[in-house]
Amino acid sequence: MKDFGFTITKDRQIDYDQHDHRLLQFVLENEPSFQACISCGGCTATCSAGNLIDFNIRKLNMLLRRGETEGLEKEINKCMLCGKCMLVCPRGINTRNVILKIKEAIQKFR
Amino acid sequence: MKLEGKKRIWDDYQKEIADNNYYFQRSCIRQNFFPGSEHAFLKILKNELGKDICDDEHHTTCTGIGYHADVVLFETIMTVVARHFALMTEKGYENMIISCVTSFGIYTEILETWKHFPDVLKKVRQHLKKATGREFEIPKNIAHASDIIFKFREEIAARAKYRLINRNTGEPLKIVEHIGCHYSKMFPVHGVGGAEFPYVLQGMVESWGGQIIDYPERRHCCGFGFRQYLVKANRGYSVANSKKKFESMKPYKPDMIVCNCPGCTMFMDKWQYTISEMEGKTYDENGFGIPVLTYEEMAGLVLGYNPWELGLQMHEVQSEPLLDKMGVAYHPDEKYKDAAGNYLGEPAFPTNLKVCV
Repeated sequence: MKDFGFTITKDRQIDYDQHDHRLLQFVLENEPSFQACISCGGCTATCSAGNLIDFNIRKLNMLLRRGETEGLEKEINKCMLCGKCMLVCPRGINTRNVILKIKEAIQKFR
Repeated sequence: MKLEGKKRIWDDYQKEIADNNYYFQRSCIRQNFFPGSEHAFLKILKNELGKDICDDEHHTTCTGIGYHADVVLFETIMTVVARHFALMTEKGYENMIISCVTSFGIYTEILETWKHFPDVLKKVRQHLKKATGREFEIPKNIAHASDIIFKFREEIAARAKYRLINRNTGEPLKIVEHIGCHYSKMFPVHGVGGAEFPYVLQGMVESWGGQIIDYPERRHCCGFGFRQYLVKANRGYSVANSKKKFESMKPYKPDMIVCNCPGCTMFMDKWQYTISEMEGKTYDENGFGIPVLTYEEMAGLVLGYNPWELGLQMHEVQSEPLLDKMGVAYHPDEKYKDAAGNYLGEPAFPTNLKVCV
């Protein structure tokens, strides 16, 4: 391919027709409480890992729902599975299981 | 549904276009990259429609590219435009036709400024007098060249040798129309159909038998954007815009793209080559790309002008598949000959974009 000295800027538009929603479907089927998430960010605020490093569960949720699952594996491995997020979730979501199901889905659909 | 009310509302979206006696303002990009277009425009107006049009060799660029690239000041460009008005006044014309959409935007912006700030107009008159000794009148009517073709579209349809119909299937050609942003997005009142429903190209296509494709990114900018293109490192933004449009229109299988802006024609055409070289992608089924025509070239084809005289071989995406669909007669061996019949040699061919040889 030719090099013209510039690259074609990648489109930041989220195209729901193009994205892979298999991971989200798998998580929702296996941990239905995840349906109730209101993206309040309580999980992120209390996150042990997030207090020390760049890790954001709310952002993971958003990327998963948008189908932007690239790089998810690297991100998900930052979770220490301490479960504090479960204690603060106002919707009673089993967030620890959500993390485990995401890991499982990554293996399944790799 | 009460159609009467709708018609009354639609009347508000129309503009007044002069009937005759025009002073023609050429376009830098159009006359360099698509030189047959303005030639065809003048031929149509003079020979087909019998209009009086002045093609003045004394006018210069409007300096719009420099203005939008922040190297030409507003005061400077206003004085350059004032000189063009002075040339028109000296020749005895009152109706101006502008070939370029960028220039059209510049002229409308300047006229609007003078309307609201008469002191600025006074100052520009002084600048022009001091610099050139000229004086000028503000044009009575200002129109883009596509407005003129739009106005006389039915007259052209009556003289049509070919129609925008696929002669193999009998179906209308599927056409993407692309309106330049500076045509009506800045001052909607100066565009046919305003900024919301620009109808100038759609009207031509419908009158000549074609069918418009209403695809999701129809009103998206082509990505020219001056600074995006002029700085090489930023060109990725420019290509990305055109690419977004190509991706969006591809599923509708367009037979051609028609533009009224020289910049849009250039980028919709040349970025297809660039994308094909950088990513190996083409946007038609057979790898030839989607031909991009100016409205004058489209009108010329409808009127049966020689495609090589219209300069279709100057485009990056070659138009033989379109000519075959329309049933336009052409001589492949004359493609690379000049007006005197001298063979000019073949250009370098693209790697991925197919070209009829």
